[in-house]
Amino acid sequence: MKNLFKRTAAAAAAAVMAMSLAGCNNAGTSSTASDNYGGTGSGDIAGTTSGNGGKLVIGGIGPITGGAAIYGTNVKNGMQLAIDEINAAGGVNGMTLEMNFQDDEHDPEKSVTAYNNLKDKDMKLLIGTVTSGPCEAVSKEATKDNMFMITPSGSSVNAITSGDNCFRMCFNDPQQGKLEADFIAEKLSSKTKVGIIFDSSDSYSTGIKDGFKEEAAAKGLEVVVEEGFTSDSNKDFSAQIQKMVDNNIDVLFLPIYYTETALILQQAENKLDVPVVGGDGLDGLIGVLKDKVALADGVYALTPYSATASDEKSVKFTEAYKAKFPDADDPIQFAADAYDCVYAVKAAIEKADIKDANISSSELCDKLKAAMTQIEYAGVTGDSKWSADGEVTKNPRVMQIKVTDGKGSLVDL
Amino acid sequence: MRKVTKNNLITFGGTTALLAVLGVLMAMGKLNNMVSGLTVTIGIYIIASTSLNLTVGVLGELSLGHAGFMCIGAFSSATVSQMLMNVGGVPQWLVFTLAILFGAVCAAIMGVLIGIPVMRLRGDYLAIVTLGFGEIMKSLFNNIYLTQDVNGLHFGFTNPPQNIDAATKVEILRGPMGTSAPGLTNFWVVAAVLLVCLLILMMFIDSKSGRACMAVRDNYIAAQSVGINVTKFRLMAFTLSAAIAGVAGALYMHSLSNMLPKKFDYNLSILILVYVVLGGLGSLRGSIIATIILYALPELLRNINQEIVNARMLIYAIILIFLMLWKNAPFFINLREKIKAKFKKDKATDVTSGGAEA
Repeated sequence: MKNLFKRTAAAAAAAVMAMSLAGCNNAGTSSTASDNYGGTGSGDIAGTTSGNGGKLVIGGIGPITGGAAIYGTNVKNGMQLAIDEINAAGGVNGMTLEMNFQDDEHDPEKSVTAYNNLKDKDMKLLIGTVTSGPCEAVSKEATKDNMFMITPSGSSVNAITSGDNCFRMCFNDPQQGKLEADFIAEKLSSKTKVGIIFDSSDSYSTGIKDGFKEEAAAKGLEVVVEEGFTSDSNKDFSAQIQKMVDNNIDVLFLPIYYTETALILQQAENKLDVPVVGGDGLDGLIGVLKDKVALADGVYALTPYSATASDEKSVKFTEAYKAKFPDADDPIQFAADAYDCVYAVKAAIEKADIKDANISSSELCDKLKAAMTQIEYAGVTGDSKWSADGEVTKNPRVMQIKVTDGKGSLVDL
Repeated sequence: MRKVTKNNLITFGGTTALLAVLGVLMAMGKLNNMVSGLTVTIGIYIIASTSLNLTVGVLGELSLGHAGFMCIGAFSSATVSQMLMNVGGVPQWLVFTLAILFGAVCAAIMGVLIGIPVMRLRGDYLAIVTLGFGEIMKSLFNNIYLTQDVNGLHFGFTNPPQNIDAATKVEILRGPMGTSAPGLTNFWVVAAVLLVCLLILMMFIDSKSGRACMAVRDNYIAAQSVGINVTKFRLMAFTLSAAIAGVAGALYMHSLSNMLPKKFDYNLSILILVYVVLGGLGSLRGSIIATIILYALPELLRNINQEIVNARMLIYAIILIFLMLWKNAPFFINLREKIKAKFKKDKATDVTSGGAEA
């Protein structure tokens, strides 16, 4: 009996090997092999006759399963929306865009596998990856291959430092911390004693905190308490909150994600009554608080986009997104970032005057990285410009949660 | 030939043949990017799962903290390789060899330290202590900062060290932000290290010490009564297991350019344990096969189409459940018996050829 199990397993192993070797054939075939994989499962792309320039495959990598799935799903949808819009309007310079989005489960190892897989499927440029850790790993590979990449939301500094082929749509972490310190110093000028609760096991949180502290010192803010927690102890914040109360802080800075923020707000109710300032991680706070949303009234968040923002571009994007994905939740800023990434790439392709999708990815990268620094793109998340190191310059946007009739919305100040 | 030797030869020969085939295909450029990438990762996981098999299969103790040893191997080797690279002038192969050895030694030392108290425990208690150990290692590296500048090394715990000379600053360990290591791991290194580790494990299991461990596993009291120093042999196996896990960690670290301590969490320990359990306790060949199948499967599902890509983790879970049932549920055991009986009648020869290949 035992023997037979071994035999079965061996046969299965052989089958897997055969499958994987069969996959090799794709590497050698011509640039149009990607048809077999169905771009994104969207019939409208497949149905469009490709332009004279052929199909340009844009790769996307992000978590669409696991704990960070909401970010990847938003990026995927945002990309798809932009790509479908562009194709419907005739493509870019005669080329049709095609998306191939792969899951990385928010894991650097899986992300690199996904990247290799996309290379096999004739990816010409990469939008991604969505989260920072995987982005650092993939960007090193992409630099080796000279593959153009722009991350919509990988915000750690090192996510794009491996080479000049990497660009970013969002602010990096220390940059965001700095902008938030500026905001507190300028807009909440009477509040100088700052308390920080941050996730010491998270690079996003630690990165923002470090940038914030540096700028705070320069702007005359005093960080009186700085309390860390880790992802293993992120449920009870009473000790941290008590420290904030004991030290009489004027303003609470939370460079963390919305799940912990919601817990902190609930546990700080009736204890700590100070303005709360957070980063783009707070996107989603309203949804998770549900009927206790009143607790979030007045919370400031630095975020480039919100589904409830009332400016023209955001409204247009939100409506288009909801029309295209009626079953999905409201878009969060990741979707807007991804949408902007596609259009920024389109602008760069037009600037570089690339007309043939059969261009090699390395040649495309050389042209795009030159073009990226020359374009100015007015998108949903702001008017963006890029420097040669890949960092974006745009106006920071601080929004505030307003609660009326038990309904919360994130609106511009 | 002894049965054990024959069995070992099949496993070792099969692995070597598989690696050789992959190597030749790779050298000829016939493997696509994904498969070439996967071979490295799978090789590393095989090293980890076979080493865990020593603790779980041969020693018979459930260890839930194997990722902790990988973590030590990963971060200590990264420290060494980064420092040597910063010095400059040291050839890469030497850097990497020293880094792997250092990772193994650190993990082994930790294995002894943790093993002394732990190997006095058995069963559930041991499982819980190793679980705690894994979490402690993760938290430890989450808090260690190590920075190098012109004045030497600066160490920080929970906060980065202060007063660093900014011009010559090199951050080696960055707490929760992890660390980075030169990408030195490639297929050939993994293949060589894998074969060496496999050989060490086989030789240990088939040695006097290995048989002593199995005696302890099968009957603790009987083993004690015949004069086996139970704690000594258990400690020996546990340390070897830890050292090889450290090697896996070192290779893993150098295959990805950046690594966060978070990666070495409970889930990774369980993932490796799943490979060991589904491959068969005590069977190195089983661990190798299970690791290949279970790791490659969700990745190969990427190749089918986008709908499958979206559902691939679901498919993976279903396959895991099916494998568990296939191994243990009475219905499937009966079914297997029946099929086996049929094959015996038919004297089918074509099935037997599959065994040696894998």
